[in-house]
Amino acid sequence: MGWFKREKQGITTTTGEKKEIKEGLWYKCPKCQSVVSSDEHKETLNVCKTCGHHERITAEDYFNLLFDGKYTEIAKGLKSDDPLKFEDTKKYVDRVKAVEEKTGLKDAIRVAHGKIESQTAVIAAMDFGFIGGSMGSVVGEKIARAVDKAIATESPLIIISKSGGARMMEAGLSLMQMAKTSAKLNQLSEAGLPYISLLTDPTTGGVTASFAMLGDINIAEPNALIAFAGPRVVKETIGRDLPEGFQRSEFVLEHGFLDLIVERKDLKSKIAQLMAQFAN
Amino acid sequence: MPTYLDFEKPIEAIDEEVKKAQEIEENSGVDTSKTVKELEKKLKTTIKGIYSELTPWQRVQLSRHPERPYSLDYINHITDGTFIELHGDRNVKDDKAMIGGFGMIDGQTVMFVGQQKGVNTKQRQYRNFGMPNPEGYRKALRLFKLAEKFNKPIVTLIDTPGAFPGLEAEERGQGEAIARNIYEMMNIKVPIICIIIGEGASGGALGIGVGDQVVMLENSWYSVISPENCSTILWRSWDFKEKAAEQLNLTSSDMKALKIIDEIVKEPLGGAHRNREEVFANVKACIQKNITKYQKVEASKLVSKRIDKFCDMGVYKGR
Ligand SMILES: [Zn+2]
Repeated sequence: MGWFKREKQGITTTTGEKKEIKEGLWYKCPKCQSVVSSDEHKETLNVCKTCGHHERITAEDYFNLLFDGKYTEIAKGLKSDDPLKFEDTKKYVDRVKAVEEKTGLKDAIRVAHGKIESQTAVIAAMDFGFIGGSMGSVVGEKIARAVDKAIATESPLIIISKSGGARMMEAGLSLMQMAKTSAKLNQLSEAGLPYISLLTDPTTGGVTASFAMLGDINIAEPNALIAFAGPRVVKETIGRDLPEGFQRSEFVLEHGFLDLIVERKDLKSKIAQLMAQFAN
Repeated sequence: MPTYLDFEKPIEAIDEEVKKAQEIEENSGVDTSKTVKELEKKLKTTIKGIYSELTPWQRVQLSRHPERPYSLDYINHITDGTFIELHGDRNVKDDKAMIGGFGMIDGQTVMFVGQQKGVNTKQRQYRNFGMPNPEGYRKALRLFKLAEKFNKPIVTLIDTPGAFPGLEAEERGQGEAIARNIYEMMNIKVPIICIIIGEGASGGALGIGVGDQVVMLENSWYSVISPENCSTILWRSWDFKEKAAEQLNLTSSDMKALKIIDEIVKEPLGGAHRNREEVFANVKACIQKNITKYQKVEASKLVSKRIDKFCDMGVYKGR
């Protein structure tokens, strides 16, 4: 429960320290425009204190949020190859190189194992910053490794989705990652291990149409875009404006595709609780 | 009036000449058989010439040829009229873009499931242009389970420009429906043969595309996105569809080389639409061969091999 303390402390101390924060270190909420210091924003886990807007965070942020302190990352060296020699306005290899340099990441997902409130777990978490969190061969393979690790350590698997969908530059190969990840989840199921899917903003396309929707438990953060076809495409198809809240977590839950919506600050305890329910 | 694609124009010209010669013989009694024979020889050479250097984009066009046979054409012909269509997902409705039911091939009952396109404007709308809603995928899954229960092999015929991106489709869980099918198809304990007969667009195709043998007709395409949409997203213009078709490696030979599919079925000279009987016979032979092959495999082994096959897909480096 260490994490709760940290958060409470953060909230009580930051207001007092506000004046001391240098200019330029501010976070302006894109939804309600309210401004807080970057430190304060971090203390609230990148969630707007005023309106509850959940800003996108990285795989590493989720590892730090969910694991009890230390964790071990696996398959760190996996990198995309370019069997199709894909080139649009840019070469795929150059695109990957540029984004690697910019983000320091190797691909759009990271896998780690550790403990969540003293229970072992494997987490695969996506990074939207890497080509829109798109799923290519590396994402598929890393999820495969995550499943293998979960089976080997008899741990639950948690996949945190955050993706624009399949990676076009890997064409048919990226499409097949939908099949590959679903095949691996069959193995996890065969082993009798729980899979908790956490859908975060945004989860769309081929990721929604494969592992993200296949959780034994499907959880979402509030107001996350969760879709197969994105809102722009749907709007074009139907030729009229979309209803308020369309394809957002609350809408998706009301239509029966999510078990629960959990605020970021409650994620760890809720996941730990679910894991304990599966285990006992 | 038959439809000719742009690159089929030289074929059209010769087809016209043949027709004229035949009309002359019919109307005047003049023997034109020699001319017709020569023209037919010329036609063959012309077609061979055009088809030996088809671009990926031209194959995409062929896959959408308005006279190309659709799922029900194959099924009705292959089952010799024994096909009984079964309707509905038992939940919401019957999706006309997805059809399915039992039919017999030489005494063997087979479950057929496929996307269905329409032949004219009215039919196209009725079939929603071969773009299923979630109900279509759920109907397909219901039929897969029915086949499994009674130990009948499954054949899926894939021909879709994509799953329908509509408002209700999203409300009723298009993503979940496709995901569920992919997941469940891995574990169905009867042989599954998937044949891409026309367009194999993205998750909408894969939603009925998990099988022991995945087959493409020679002039079909299969990829994560259509070349037009790929062009629009990556080049921000519709004009790069030819280039996108090349880059996507979406033809049957590309996909076979990438080991994403297992087999290519040859089409008649000039494409499936120029000789339906022949393409029906080729597809029937392919189905029979594969059913025989996979019926010999024990159910648990069939499933584990199917899972292993898809787990092996992907190209990456490092560790
Ligand atoms: Zn706000």
